[in-house]
This record gives sequence, C-alpha cells and structure tokens, in this order.
Amino acid sequence: MSQAADKADPARALPGARAEAIDRRLSRRIPLAQGIRRQTLVGWLFVVPALLFYAVFVLQPLALTVQYSLYRWDGFSPATWVGLANYASVLSEPKLLETLFNAFRLVLFFSLIPVTLGLVTASVVHRVATGRLGTVSRTVLFLPQVIPLVAAGIIWGRLLSLSGLINQGLTAIGLGDITRAWLGDFDTALPAVGIIGIWVLLGFCTVLLLTGMAKIDAGLYESARLDGAGWFQEFRAITVPSLRYEIGVCLTVTIIAALAAFDIVYVSTGGGPGNATAVPGIQIYILAFLERQVGLASALAVVLVILVLLVILPIQRLSREDAR
Amino acid sequence: MRVARRELYAGRTFLAALVAITILPFVSIFTTALHPSGSVPVGLSWPANPQWGNFIEAFKVANMTALLASSMFIVLTVVPVSLVISTMAGFAIGLLRIPGARWLLLLFVFGLTLPFEGIITPLYFLARQIGILNTRLAIVLPLIGLFMPFAVFWMRAHFVNMPDEISEAARVDGASTWDLFWRIHVPLARAPIVSLGILTSVWAWNQFLLALVLVEDPTQRTMAGALGAFQGHYATDIPLLCAGTILILLPTLVVFILFQRQVIAALLQGSVKG
Repeated sequence: MSQAADKADPARALPGARAEAIDRRLSRRIPLAQGIRRQTLVGWLFVVPALLFYAVFVLQPLALTVQYSLYRWDGFSPATWVGLANYASVLSEPKLLETLFNAFRLVLFFSLIPVTLGLVTASVVHRVATGRLGTVSRTVLFLPQVIPLVAAGIIWGRLLSLSGLINQGLTAIGLGDITRAWLGDFDTALPAVGIIGIWVLLGFCTVLLLTGMAKIDAGLYESARLDGAGWFQEFRAITVPSLRYEIGVCLTVTIIAALAAFDIVYVSTGGGPGNATAVPGIQIYILAFLERQVGLASALAVVLVILVLLVILPIQRLSREDAR
Repeated sequence: MRVARRELYAGRTFLAALVAITILPFVSIFTTALHPSGSVPVGLSWPANPQWGNFIEAFKVANMTALLASSMFIVLTVVPVSLVISTMAGFAIGLLRIPGARWLLLLFVFGLTLPFEGIITPLYFLARQIGILNTRLAIVLPLIGLFMPFAVFWMRAHFVNMPDEISEAARVDGASTWDLFWRIHVPLARAPIVSLGILTSVWAWNQFLLALVLVEDPTQRTMAGALGAFQGHYATDIPLLCAGTILILLPTLVVFILFQRQVIAALLQGSVKG
C-alpha cells in the first residue's frame, strides 16, 4: 500500500517539480473556470451509472408503491382511485393490523434477546476465553449468519416439527407432555419463529460486540479487578456504557431484520397457523401476488417503510450522540 | 488476567453449551439426510444404514448443476457491475466532492433502511413491462440498484479519508480524472473493494424475495430462491429435503470457512458503517 502511495506521489520525490507545477496552476487560475466546470461535469459522469440503477430500480419503484397505494388495482384491469382508503384498511382491518403487531413481537426475539444474550456472551468470551476456545466459539456462533435465511428456515422447520430434535430433547428430560408441532400451534408459532431469529442473529451481535470490547482500555478492567469487582459489576459499570455505539448498530441491524422479516417466516410457517406469524412482508406478498390487491399491498408496504424509519432514526441518533 | 477459577469453569461451560446449541441443528439435518428417502426420522439419530446416495439423488432432482450455474451467473454479473459503478460514485462523492455531493450521499443513505418488501410489488410490474420477467435479468438489474445505497456509502467512506496530496500530485502531473481514478485510486482502494465484493456475493447468493417474485423457474434463480422451490416440491420427503438443503448451503459454508477472517471483518465493518 505505502509503496503504491509513493509511486502515486512523484512530487514527494521531486520537491522542485511540485512547486513549479503549483506556480503553473496558479498562473492559470482565471482561465481555468471553464476547466473546473468541465471537471464538475466529468465528476458527475462518475456518479451517473450508480445513480441510474438506484433511480430506476429503487427510487422509481418506491414512488410507484406510494402511487399504487392510492388506487384499487388487481394488476390487470384499469385502476380506481380510492384516496387514502387503503391506509384506513391497513390501520383498521384486524388481519392487517395484526401483522404490524406481530412484527413488533418479533423485535423481542430478533433484536432484544440476541443483543442482550450477545452482550453476556461477548463479555464471557472476553473474560475467560481469550485463546482457542474464543476463536472457535466466534466462528461457530457466526455460522448461522452466513447461510441463506431460507436454509435456516428449513433446518428449524425440521427441528421444531413433531419428530424433531426439540421434542426429542424434551422427551429425554421428561417433558414429553409439552411436545407439539411448535410451528403449527397458535400459541407457540411466533416464539418458535423467534427462536430461529435468535439462532441466526446471536453470533452476529456477539462478534460485533466483541470487537467493540477489544477497543475498551484494558486499564479500566485492571483497576476494577483490583477493586475486587466481579463479572457483573464490571459488565454494568464498564462494558455496557463503553459499547453504546456497537449496541446501537446491533439494535439497528436486528430491528430491521425483525420488522422486515420475510425469508424465515415464508419458509417455516408461511404466516400461519391462521394469522399467528403473519408479518408485513408476508402479507404484502400474499396481497400483491396471491390475492391481487396491489393497492392494499402497497399501502402496507408504505406503512412498513415509514415504521422502520421511525424506529431506526432515534436509535441512530442516541447511539451516535456523545458516543463518538 | 486474574479470574477466579470457578468463574473460569462456569464461563467456559456456558460457551461450550452455546457452541453445541448452535451446531446441533446442522448435525440434526445431516443425520436426517442419511435416513432412507421417504422416512420420518427423529431429530437426532444415526441411521442403521446410512444412505449416502441421498446426496446424489438430491443433486439430480434439484438439478444442481443448473442451479450452480444460474447462481454463479447472477453473482458474476451483479458483483462486478456493482463494484465498478459504486467505486466510481464513491470516488466522485467522497474524493472529487462534486457540487451536490452532500445531497447525493443523503439520497443514497436514505436507501439503507429500505426493506425490499417496500418496492417488490412495483418491481414485478416494472419487470413485466420491460419484458425481463422470468429471466435472470429480473434479479440482476434490481439487485444492482438495491446494493447501491450500501455500496456507494461504503466506497465513499474509503475515499473521503484519502489524503488530498495524492490526488494533487497526480493532477500536477497532468493526470485526467479518469487516470486519477483508475490508475491511482482504484489500486489504493483494493481492500475495501474486496470486502465489498465478499459482502455483495454473499447477499446475492442468499437473495430470496426477488427470486421468488420475479422468476418462476428455479434454474433461473439464486441458490436461496432455488432452495425455496425445492422445499415446495419435496416438503414431504424429509431426508431428501435435508440432503438438498445441505448441498445448497455447502458452498456458503465452504467460502465462509476458507475466508473466515475476511467475511467476518467485512460483515462487521459493513454494519458499523451502515
């Protein structure tokens, strides 16, 4: 890297040449106005391809979503203007409102539990497993983060089924009475989907928080330990406050994963039984592509986009303020 | 580090348990995949007669060669295009600081929190309108667009920290903007470009929603999309489904284990910057 930098900076090798060139540039400053305009144009040309893809395939569809949301449309015949009626339905029909509540219930599993458990795990690794065990546990805990979420859904669909590992384990420890098809039961389907989220996201949170911990001044811990602080005092007084920024990042990533969940739910339950695990993403898919209610699906999509922004922005602000 | 011995044991036991819980699901579907096709094995049991042939069978019925080719095609078009155009944009916004750079950045950053579900419906009608529905292009083109917020943001973060002296010296030497970009700054940006390449490859490979909605034929989809279709067809044949799942997630596992450090570093930096 430094070698390349040296090569790229011939002026460093020839101080004379640099001064001369700066002179040359200064003397040309006024006629250069045109040149600068040309440079601006060239600069903009660099942005155009990225901007074009972004505008055509993201911004345009987003605007269309807002437009669709004001119509009743089946995707084929002419659309009818309905104003805000679709939004009224989203916020009043229990079937649709329920999906928003479910999304927030998932936040508990996809976000709060992985972040809390990740904090505990990371601090345990930090304290007692600096060597090989630390490396191995980092790698293994991270594995679920790399595989497709669809695969995670299929794997856990299997584990949580009647003949799956979970029921086998429960029977083995004498809890055979409570075994069931966890994803098919109205009361347990949502927590069961949540457990899949914990499995996927725990490693991510742990490893991210660990890298944050590595940056904490070791002296703080040394003096705390000299004062006889135990694991919990250390955790509360040093670790958590120092990790404010990393905790903010974990919360942001996992909350988006919860509110915008699709893959795991689609594969493991499809939103069922009944509406027990229907989240906005699933409902948008069903409405738009199975029930042909494009307007209603779009209104729900707009609500979801706004909801994510409303939840994420304050977290970003809090974690960035006076943390850095 | 002076840690009480009891705490040491407690902590290590906790970690060992957590590692076991994380890995058991993989072990369970692996043993399930070895049971006779069509049976319903219990969670964790070694079959009397391991059916290694299930993997070959799954490879055949899932049409794995076509799936791999399709996924490779998608990754090999989406990733290079994304890398080139986002590096160019990041360079213009972060280093050239063209007029309006702040607004451009804000525009791209806005896309960072956008859930894919927010735009999937119009994407379907858009793809239908321009006639790319049910082709790989229907995944490739939107995916490039959807990667732009993060990719531009990521590359800009690199370029904004490059010292001005490098560019000034090159300008003095009479380098054009393109030379400055291609001959000087791209070689210096190799590390963030590689990380971005790893990230976008994993994300493209694992992309499910676009594949599900925009392409019906599994052999034209991403790996994750194909897995969804495979599950639809073989949901009842549990050992075969498990064998297929293992085959489909194997490439990601292999890449992860080979490039562990880079993948973890890239994913973490990615989220911290985002």
